[in-house]
Amino acid sequence: MGHHISLLLVVVPLIAAPVVAVLPRGRLPWAVAFIVAALCAVLAGMQLWAVLHEGSISYELGGWAPPWGIEYRIDAVNAFVALIVAAIAAITLPYALLSSEQEIPEEKIPLFYSALLLCLTGLLGITQTGDIFNVFVFLEISSLASYALISLGRQRQAFTAAYQYLIMGTIGATFYLIGVGLIYSQTGSLNMQDLATILPGVLHLKTVETGFAFIMVGIALKLALFPLHLWLPNAYTYAPSVVTVFLAATATKVAVYVMLRILFSVFPQGFALTTPVEELFIVAGIAGIIIASVYAIYQENIKRLLAYSSVAQVGYMALGIGFASATGVTAALVHLFNHALMKGALFMAVGAIIYRIGACRMDQVHGLGRAMPWTFGAIVIGGLSLVGVPGTAGFISKWYLVVAALEQEAWISVAVILCGSLLAVVYVGKLIEALYFKPVSDTGKVVSEAPILLLVPTWGLVLANVYFGLDTDLTVGVAEKAAAILGGMQP
Amino acid sequence: MSAETLLLTLLLLPLVGAAGIIITRHNPDVREGVTLLSAALVAILVVVLAARFMDGEVFALTLIEPLPGIAIAFEIEALGMLFALVAGLLWVVTSVYSVGYMRGHNEQNQTRFFTAFAVSIAATMGIAFSANLFTLFLFYELLTLATYPLVTHAGTPEAKRGGRVYLGILLGTSIGLFLLGILVTWSLTGRVDFQAGGILSGHIDPAWAGLLYALFLFGIGKAAVMPFHRWLPAAMVAPTPVSALLHAVAVVKAGVFTLLKVTIYIFGGEFILSNDVTGGLIWIAAATILIASLVAMTKDNLKARLAYSTVSQLSYIALGAMLASKAGLIGASMHIAMHAFAKITLFFAAGAILVASHKKRVSELNGLGRAMPVTFVAFFIGTLSIIGLPPFGGMWSKWYLGLGAVETAQLLLLAVLMISSLLNIIYLLPIPIRAFFSKPESGEHYTEIAEAPKSMLLAMVITSSACVILFFYPDPFYRLAGLAAGGY
Repeated sequence: MGHHISLLLVVVPLIAAPVVAVLPRGRLPWAVAFIVAALCAVLAGMQLWAVLHEGSISYELGGWAPPWGIEYRIDAVNAFVALIVAAIAAITLPYALLSSEQEIPEEKIPLFYSALLLCLTGLLGITQTGDIFNVFVFLEISSLASYALISLGRQRQAFTAAYQYLIMGTIGATFYLIGVGLIYSQTGSLNMQDLATILPGVLHLKTVETGFAFIMVGIALKLALFPLHLWLPNAYTYAPSVVTVFLAATATKVAVYVMLRILFSVFPQGFALTTPVEELFIVAGIAGIIIASVYAIYQENIKRLLAYSSVAQVGYMALGIGFASATGVTAALVHLFNHALMKGALFMAVGAIIYRIGACRMDQVHGLGRAMPWTFGAIVIGGLSLVGVPGTAGFISKWYLVVAALEQEAWISVAVILCGSLLAVVYVGKLIEALYFKPVSDTGKVVSEAPILLLVPTWGLVLANVYFGLDTDLTVGVAEKAAAILGGMQP
Repeated sequence: MSAETLLLTLLLLPLVGAAGIIITRHNPDVREGVTLLSAALVAILVVVLAARFMDGEVFALTLIEPLPGIAIAFEIEALGMLFALVAGLLWVVTSVYSVGYMRGHNEQNQTRFFTAFAVSIAATMGIAFSANLFTLFLFYELLTLATYPLVTHAGTPEAKRGGRVYLGILLGTSIGLFLLGILVTWSLTGRVDFQAGGILSGHIDPAWAGLLYALFLFGIGKAAVMPFHRWLPAAMVAPTPVSALLHAVAVVKAGVFTLLKVTIYIFGGEFILSNDVTGGLIWIAAATILIASLVAMTKDNLKARLAYSTVSQLSYIALGAMLASKAGLIGASMHIAMHAFAKITLFFAAGAILVASHKKRVSELNGLGRAMPVTFVAFFIGTLSIIGLPPFGGMWSKWYLGLGAVETAQLLLLAVLMISSLLNIIYLLPIPIRAFFSKPESGEHYTEIAEAPKSMLLAMVITSSACVILFFYPDPFYRLAGLAAGGY
């Protein structure tokens, strides 16, 4: 069974997706989807354990030897990301039951879970594969599924949001594909490992350089790197709560992984330094942190506020990548994990508010914190983690980022990271003030605490935020290993 | 009880108390009983701990190590023991006072109040016993967050505005500057633990050390060195017990305590003296002392006047820290205790005046002394101790601070200290004088106003007597201060 895990992680949700689609209405589709997601999480955990203890796994699809066949190649980097994706899916699904029953028309529920599983398939596939064309295929699977998922939102704007994402996402995917094509034309290979040995000989070719540029821009669109983030706020705001939770915690993370993989292990170490890409990452990161955070402060819709905050958080990861040092990449990977935890928790808590009052505008949630103390508590702790208060996961990310910046004496970046935390204080504070200190708006409706089925997953993630702020063996330990694998950088 | 258990119990006890307060929220009498019980236990434990510490017992405890080399760890050294002793002893007194105040003043949300109060004490204990900068920073931020609901307690627009300034300045400076200082220290030395003699020596170009010190001086916003002092007057919208214990003792002293820790255990007095690290920065503290005193003179609101007085007094400690000579450090450490007892007395009195007569302004106090003699005598004693006259405890800390200035031949600083004492007289002494010797506005003596509830009077009597006792027996605090200052 051992090394079949890698394939099962993709095949199980892929096969389950059409099955779920034809299941009768009711709670059966949910149950199947939940079992599949939980299974994936277990498999991903086993895979990471295997990789950490027995070294990289190579799986040849259909027995075709690489570089001709497709190879799944798993090391600490992608096993880590796969675990994040699968674990978030497994935590999101219990939450999905009630939330989606309320937000999604009953007849579409089986299709909804089917699309969710397809999206999971795509995201897991991206992490598993060792073939850059295969990445594109899975990218499209996950993207198409997520366009459908976003369009299921209750408000009519969900359609425009999905359409906008469709256009931008397709441009991104196309750019990526063009880049892959250009590189294939010069190397004749699509296998990442194979490319890593061929590319050093052909780097001087303009075609390869152009291909590299196309790929970078394409993925940057997918990970919503400022200023290519325009699709993200609308998509997150108008998607159903569950979809927002899932996408915010996984989709951009996987794109960051692809970026790291292409930048540091497909292309030879040091190549990026000969191009302006590192500087661009730093500039885009800085601009993203500051500008998106300021935007977040002025948002009236809580989901949109958090969405802009996500754009800012992607900026932190971009900074980490831009430093191109072991500490920098470690910081980016740690933040990738921690940000999944904090945004997952926060979007879940906001989803609980939407479940109760059907809205999430600042002026509609006044005083709700008193009526929903557990939900409010989740927002407070999630918010503190976002700010980076010590004792939360967010602090660990910030710590590594600043240490990475200090290593390079990048004082502007240091200032920007700390400044970003302060801006987070402002927007989180604004949210908390609205929820707790504003007088309750007099609608005559009595709001009660969210149902336990929404609270348990939310608090699961909230406690994870605290746990991974205190015990970093898993996060930092794996991230450091992963950073070492990505191009064997000096610590 | 083993040393580690004792330490851990002391840290957890206020939190257990907080949980107990929430559980018993439906029965106010039991709830207040829980507060008093946990406060009394903390006071006893902290005294036991201090006694065992002075017998030479060593206490150290590492809870967890989130990052290699950066642990949540506790350790007792003299300065932290001194700070914990002050905060622990005064919590129980303040609790007695709070019960009377909150009921006498018909405050809302008392459960939230007492819970947040207990959590704040837990955070204070955490700060006092931190073994490294990371742990200290963790509890420092926790203290800011736990006191925020206390500052905004009233829920009025003014309270919310005050809360925003409070949170903005304290979080802003701590994340923007203090954390940066910690990170720079870490990247220079690879460690953040408190070490007798400091850890920076040999790792930093002395020319840059001043800049790093400035990051700490301004980053530790709780020390209220100008221009980052505005949060303290803003915090005065809180109920008076909060102003008394937290904004005259726990929170502000946590600030100057942190500064002293950084001075003694990160930089090291030797290093500062031999490289003149603080030569320029010390004048910022001196300026704060004088300017805040001048501002205090213009304030008619009693609590605002006391707040600016606190800003000024805190910079005494910052100044003592930056003198970095032995006498300076002893004076600074002792001032943590001496100022605490005196200033809490003044705030207790201010709260008693508010509860009994609903008066907030200095100009309204004429003739009130006859109606509230105990309150104003206590106030008078507190005033004299702040000014630094014998036979009151405040004299000792000023004595050593002055000695520190002489020792380092900073005669201009000595002059600053003297002028400031004069200014203290000008803005504090008229208050009891007015109350005793002036006639009320109406020309009639007050008949309808009586003393505040007994529990409040008891608290005032205890703290004002302590001011006198500390003149004759400053020994425990002196010994701890001496141990801390001798640590290099």
